[in-house]
Amino acid sequence: MSTHAISIALVGSGGSGVMTAGSLLLEAAGRAGLYGLMSRSSGPQIRGGEAAALLRISTHPVFCLGDRFDLLMAIDWLNAERFAAEIPLDRNSFIAGGDGVPDEFSASGAACREVSFKTLAEQGGAGIRPNMLALGLVGAAVGLPPEQLEEVARKLVGRKGEEAVQASVSALSIGAANAALLDGLERFDIGDQGSKELWNISGNESAGLGAIRGGVRFVAAYPITPATEMLEWLAPALERVGGTLVQAEDELASVNQLIGASFGGTPSLTATSGPGFALMTESIGLAVASETPIVVVDVMRGGPSTGIPTKGEQSDLNIALYGLHGDAPHVVVAPFSVSDCLFTTQWAVHLAESLQTAAIVLSDQSLGQTRSVIPKPADVSFNTRRVLQTETRENYQRYAAVAGGVSPMALPGLAGCQYTADGLEHNARGIPSSRVEDHANQLDKRRDKLTSYDYGDHWAHVDGDGPLAIITWGSSLAPVTEAVEALAPEGIVVRVIAPRLLMPVQPERMAEALEGVEVALVLEQSHGAQFFHYIRAFYAPECELHSAARPGPLPIRPGDVINEIRRHWRWS
Amino acid sequence: MSAVNMLEWPGFLAYSLQIENDAVERYTMFAEQMDVTNNPEVAELFREMARLEGIHAREIEAQIGSQALPDGASWEFEWPHGDAPESVDFSDTHYLMTPYQALTLVLEAEQRAVAFFETVERDSSDEKVRELAAEFAGEERGHVELVRRWRDRYPPPEDDWDHDPDPPNQLE
Amino acid sequence: MVMTGGEAAETMLKPKDYKSDTKPVWCPGCGDFSVLAAITRALSALSIAPENVAVVSGIGCSSRIPAYLDTYGFHGVHGRALPLATGLKIARPDLCVLVASGDGDGFSIGGNHFLQACRRNVDVTYIVMDNQVYGMTKGQASPTTEPDWDHSKLTPHGTRINPFYPLVLALASGANFIARASSSDPNGAAKVISEAIEHPGFSFVQVLSPCVTFRPEQREWKKIVRPAPIEATTDPAAAARRLMTDDNFYLGVLYKGSREPFEPEIPARLATERELEEEFCV
Repeated sequence: MSTHAISIALVGSGGSGVMTAGSLLLEAAGRAGLYGLMSRSSGPQIRGGEAAALLRISTHPVFCLGDRFDLLMAIDWLNAERFAAEIPLDRNSFIAGGDGVPDEFSASGAACREVSFKTLAEQGGAGIRPNMLALGLVGAAVGLPPEQLEEVARKLVGRKGEEAVQASVSALSIGAANAALLDGLERFDIGDQGSKELWNISGNESAGLGAIRGGVRFVAAYPITPATEMLEWLAPALERVGGTLVQAEDELASVNQLIGASFGGTPSLTATSGPGFALMTESIGLAVASETPIVVVDVMRGGPSTGIPTKGEQSDLNIALYGLHGDAPHVVVAPFSVSDCLFTTQWAVHLAESLQTAAIVLSDQSLGQTRSVIPKPADVSFNTRRVLQTETRENYQRYAAVAGGVSPMALPGLAGCQYTADGLEHNARGIPSSRVEDHANQLDKRRDKLTSYDYGDHWAHVDGDGPLAIITWGSSLAPVTEAVEALAPEGIVVRVIAPRLLMPVQPERMAEALEGVEVALVLEQSHGAQFFHYIRAFYAPECELHSAARPGPLPIRPGDVINEIRRHWRWS
Repeated sequence: MSAVNMLEWPGFLAYSLQIENDAVERYTMFAEQMDVTNNPEVAELFREMARLEGIHAREIEAQIGSQALPDGASWEFEWPHGDAPESVDFSDTHYLMTPYQALTLVLEAEQRAVAFFETVERDSSDEKVRELAAEFAGEERGHVELVRRWRDRYPPPEDDWDHDPDPPNQLE
Repeated sequence: MVMTGGEAAETMLKPKDYKSDTKPVWCPGCGDFSVLAAITRALSALSIAPENVAVVSGIGCSSRIPAYLDTYGFHGVHGRALPLATGLKIARPDLCVLVASGDGDGFSIGGNHFLQACRRNVDVTYIVMDNQVYGMTKGQASPTTEPDWDHSKLTPHGTRINPFYPLVLALASGANFIARASSSDPNGAAKVISEAIEHPGFSFVQVLSPCVTFRPEQREWKKIVRPAPIEATTDPAAAARRLMTDDNFYLGVLYKGSREPFEPEIPARLATERELEEEFCV
């Protein structure tokens, strides 16, 4: 099977079921041994709004949307032009739908194939739905086995009874019968895929699973887009493994519930997005000062203020790094992919527990809400263990200066080691103190335990060599990787450096990664070039440094990165 | 409904012990208050009172010996004023208070103790209780005299004793 | 129960066994000293081992209390003691969790948490030392301050806004136990606190606790407070009538509800992480 990918956009307004069709297409592709991902876009309405399922299906793992779409299929065109910027088409693309293709799309020169799914569905009879019909059509057109499509449809509507299943199966076959409409569209040659272990998972679910693998057994939740699905997944999952999720009254409450549960000995986590994170910052500082481990996942969205709740942006970097008042050293990590949401969240729990501090995970909407068919992530175990005071001890000092800075924590119930955790500056016993030496000692302790820890190779993704480097982070790594791979055959060799660990900074490791680099491009999805300024401030590379920063809501695409690389490539 | 009856044996012993123990606790707390607010003279005075009441407590414990006492929570003692008679009210201290004022509070406490034991002596129908109550009342009368003489060594407070030219601190 | 003057007395935990060696920073005369004594008396009477008690607080004079107790404690940020205690109690149902707060911390910045904690009915005891003033910031008006109190530089004409009635709010929000105590009666306060601890669900105890520095006139409260003339009711309607006509100086347990406390669901059989992953397998 040759390597290739097909990008498909399904659009339609409320009730058309494009999201369902998209999800089934992805699942069927996975069952056929293909990889893929699906992100979503929608209008501002809660119900009835226009929606777009944006898919990329491939013979090899894919981590971001492509530069263009091969196919745009519309159940209807109501307000679909709003998605024009998100669904780039060209002369090689196809448009399938009823009449009235918006100019924004037809101007691309794409081949228009007229088909009214609604009319076809009406002709098909009772229970035939346009979205299932469209699914049958596109599935057959790209070469997915009909039995896989049928299976996923059966799984979805099975509970509604055999009649509903039959209607769906009929819809799929009517669609498939019209597949010739898309003649010319690339097809997958589905051969024997062997026994691949694939997962179909979203970034939010992946992060949730990482939390549970890391040992989290208490989650406090306040709903916020685009983090809610992580909390919704965790609610029943945590209960099944003996943990608890509590819906809090607000983010001020949720973060404090974490601190309370963790003080009691239970690894604790919450997920939120920018506005909620901003509310939590005071108490994240409390976790730092009281040395109570907590993990906060910020699934970033466009900001500031309410911003663009449904679209990603890497613009909470500054608040995550610097948003706590006072000198409050803490851990900030960022996953690179849907799959890495699992690893990085698990690692964050490990770091928070091991270092008795707050760890912030910077995911974003494009990771969190993207559903992806990926190779089953590797099992990783960190043997996470909080350093506990386990025996009664005379003159127990909760915040004693110890080698490594992580002093044993007594949990309530242990006789003779009672202490009060405090957000006020305190001495080694935890007694409030504003004395110069106590402040200095505790500041040093809280910093040194983070800086003296060995974070190992997990600190960053570093790949390639050569004089040109791209420094990036989080979800921006995927288009960078794809761009670099695409340019390699031309002899353009680019080094990629993406820190997973953003705080504490790792200057020596970064210096090593940058050895021999003459020009570095700092690429990120933020209007204020937050990552660029961070790189300059903490790593001060001696090479030529350029910022390639741009805001959301559009994802950074591989082609954007290729253009940036070409602009700066001057070696041959 | 009280679990402990002050007019009967051994309830009376429990009351007597509680009076002294509460006084020790209260004077210790007051001594600490004066330590923290930098009034060492009055701190010392309260600490001395805690020590003296502690001696009384141990004397009563010695009298109790191995006798079983009814065990009641602190609120099951029915004090005439809500609080044990030898305990000075929490709200009566002040960071600038003088030894004279402190000893006035102590004096009033000792007088309340006298009144308490006199009441028991009068009301109890148990000969043993009446006898011991009379003895304790006598002791407390001695304390009243002692404290009065102690207080006389100090001048009464000036009119502006609580004047503080500086405003309170802001802590948080 | 009968104890002897001998060995048993030594093993029994006395109130002082619940006190730490840290000396309070409160002003002499402050009602909070009495509340501290009341808490130690209640815990001693209930014989709860100090290591199984956690006292959670926010910011303010009253919130300093955990450090003065030889129990576990958490002195958190302003207004958030209740959620912190909620998390702790849910994670550690074996602990006796007390929350200490003041009228500013508990009713102003933490006001919403108060309502939600009443609703949630987690088995914690909430003790609010109410002196109708912010003490740690030099005497500003709080949500329980009278509207015409004009002694604060921040509100030179008085607040001119209505004070609110915490007990009424607690009842309306679903608290399972509602009581008022006074620092002028430490034994009475101890009794109420012990009952609050023993009552399942969210128990709310308002303790009138004078601020001798910024509200010296409150020293007179001890002459005004008196026991409520009737027993605690279990009928919310009767409690509502009582609390709405109350002059805020009646002491005692005013309402005892019978709602089931909030507790996490515990499945009969725990799933493995592998089982959780099954849903993702294609």
